[in-house]
Amino acid sequence: MNYLLRGIGVLTAVGTVSLLAFSLPSGVAHGDGGGDVMPRLTHKNWQQECASCHLAYSPALLPRASWQRLMGKLDNHFGDNASLDPATQADILRFLEANAADVGTSQIGRRVMRMGAKDAPLRITDTRWFVGKHDEVPRAAWSRKSVGSAANCAACHSKAEQGVFDDDTVRIPK
Amino acid sequence: MIKPFALAMLALVSTGVAAADTPTTLMAHFAQKTGSPVSALSAARGETLYRSEHPGRAGTSVSCASCHTANPKHPGRTRVNKRIEPLAPAANPERFTDVAKVEKWFRRNCMDVLQRECNAQEKGDFVAWLSQIK
Repeated sequence: MNYLLRGIGVLTAVGTVSLLAFSLPSGVAHGDGGGDVMPRLTHKNWQQECASCHLAYSPALLPRASWQRLMGKLDNHFGDNASLDPATQADILRFLEANAADVGTSQIGRRVMRMGAKDAPLRITDTRWFVGKHDEVPRAAWSRKSVGSAANCAACHSKAEQGVFDDDTVRIPK
Repeated sequence: MIKPFALAMLALVSTGVAAADTPTTLMAHFAQKTGSPVSALSAARGETLYRSEHPGRAGTSVSCASCHTANPKHPGRTRVNKRIEPLAPAANPERFTDVAKVEKWFRRNCMDVLQRECNAQEKGDFVAWLSQIK
């Protein structure tokens, strides 16, 4: 009787601990807000360097192979020279790889991969996930001066800087 | 007794070193590389460099002002429409305070606009012009 009770106690304790271990955020990559919120990540060089020209796009939006290709030719980054010193470049690539769509643990990453990004696209806007998410946006809206480019998330997503992309926070400018 | 004081001074000096650059030290830095005195730098040449148009992509022309606007005290826009803080120190005191950052942007932007790196004199002229704007 005593042993049985003790056994149940031990099992409960182990169960609780492992449940906690799997549900609590155990690293930066687990701060996943769900379907339309980017995983909450912090990385000094990623935020400082990438965001000096555009939003620091979430690494969860492209697979590892895409980030490797992209970071391998920063001297011609979609026509612009975005070259970095080798140490900073390697540091950012390590971060992107660790949190890529097919490596990290975010819901968004899993979705991007499920919709097929295995051919390692260089542009987030070329993923089927992105295209599907924006299928109701009129074509003309993309080229409005107030938007400028599909790379300018914050033009319509008012909380893009905070990683929030749900429909309630969208306002397409005229 | 002396030791904590010395340590404090050392800390002060080393934090000072990280952000010790100013437009003046940068002009001296670039002038030294050309082998001429700072007085040989030319704000007028710097302005010409800023405004001169060069062949860009798809038949368009490009200059520093394309992104930084004709008035460097105004904020600019990157190619994807993100705000660029003003270039002129009069409007943005953070400009020209970090030589590594300055060299990084000269390297990138001279390649984009001029299809080549800028030389030390051009960089010195450029800083000379922007830093005398009131």
